[in-house]
Amino acid sequence: MPSPRNWREIPARYRLEAARCRGCGKVVYPARRACPACRGQEFEKTMLSWKGKVVTSTVVQVAPTEFQMEAPYAVAIVETPEGARLMTQVVDCDPGAVQPGMEVALVFRLIRREGHGGILCYGFKAVPAA
Amino acid sequence: MAGIVGYGAYIPRNRIKAEEIARQWGKDPETIRRGLLLEEKSVPGLDEDTITISVAAGRSAIARAGIAPAKIGAVYIGSESHPYAVKPSGTALIEALGIAPEVHVADFEFACKAGTEAMFVSLGLVESGRVEYAMGIGADTSQGAPNDALEFSASAGGAAYLFGRENLLAEVLETYSFTTDTPDFWRREGQFYPRHGGRFTGEPAYFKHVESATRAILKKSGFKPADFRYVVFHMPNGKFPLQAARTLGFSKEQMATGWVVNTMGNTYSGSSPTGLAAILDVAAPGDLILITSFGSGAGSDSFVLKATKLLPERRALAPTVRSMLDGPRRYLTYGEYAKFREKIILND
Ligand SMILES: [Zn+2]
Repeated sequence: MPSPRNWREIPARYRLEAARCRGCGKVVYPARRACPACRGQEFEKTMLSWKGKVVTSTVVQVAPTEFQMEAPYAVAIVETPEGARLMTQVVDCDPGAVQPGMEVALVFRLIRREGHGGILCYGFKAVPAA
Repeated sequence: MAGIVGYGAYIPRNRIKAEEIARQWGKDPETIRRGLLLEEKSVPGLDEDTITISVAAGRSAIARAGIAPAKIGAVYIGSESHPYAVKPSGTALIEALGIAPEVHVADFEFACKAGTEAMFVSLGLVESGRVEYAMGIGADTSQGAPNDALEFSASAGGAAYLFGRENLLAEVLETYSFTTDTPDFWRREGQFYPRHGGRFTGEPAYFKHVESATRAILKKSGFKPADFRYVVFHMPNGKFPLQAARTLGFSKEQMATGWVVNTMGNTYSGSSPTGLAAILDVAAPGDLILITSFGSGAGSDSFVLKATKLLPERRALAPTVRSMLDGPRRYLTYGEYAKFREKIILND
């Protein structure tokens, strides 16, 4: 069965929709009920830019079953120019080459397949900036 | 007048050299290089498919047009490798690019011609006034059977074209389509790899349709081959388009910019549209451009375009084809390639 969660998260995963706190201006991703900075509860919708910088990263050698074909791969925390931090795979490069400070582009990619005949789940990943 | 208001292309960063494929099957790499004029080809990553390629190309097209995505009233993706047999590729794309939900969406198929087909219909809808903007995309992640000649060419990539009536980057001066029922190449439902009809692939298929469509659009538009600055034909390999150009009276110089097949491979529905994108990346205002696609089955679509004054400043807003062909790349061994293309049978 397609997971309802994946479908619900389409605006955030497909379009990088985030929320900007009306109180202090902090951009939170994904959107949540209260601002982690000022506890404010009023937000406006905003879009993250499709780029950022690696804050920290690690190489996954032993992957969960669904991602076994992709191992080893890099997972990083990427900060966008809006100040939002996202956890994402960094692909199209040697995973060992992913370092803090590295400039990345965020791209729309296939994240996982729900089994052999199930739905395809898309979202974003990072690649080294060209 | 209607025309192109935005365009974009995408080519995956993974590549395999013709030499590496030749070595795997004990073939002579020089025969491929000289015979088919192929050096290397693009390979999709495990997380790349027709949908992700279309989104990347479409995002660039919107960036160059500088319009609000919600104004796009129609989106058509032409491909012979739609990831789902049932469920459109276009629905994921309209969500990803912020076009949904007020939009007409359909997936097109016509072997390698599906991309220009999507462009043809998009243009018509814009010309009729039915929609303000329409996007036509050609993208593929095509497979050639292992140890088949197609394995040297079948690659991955695509291009997106956004049509409108104002702020054109290129005017569409003329269109023409030529189609017959020809059994040159096919894949039955449920078959993994396509088959080709041997002697049907050259003269009665590619050359007949490309040459007939091109001759007809020249006649219809009143232009001569020498009037064009740039020409692009569908590129199933390096040799066919150059041979068709010679027959039709076009020079190597007119062909050079759009002829990207030697390092990109044949991106099927994305082939001639990506060649056209490479041309728009460098064309000067006033330049005349001719594109003729080809799809097995078989048919060709032709367009005569004229670059506008707006083109040079707008093309800087997204990556060029050349920057993707010559930019960051990762070369694969045949083993990695077989894994990426899921040619290896695994247990569930
Ligand atoms: Zn706040």
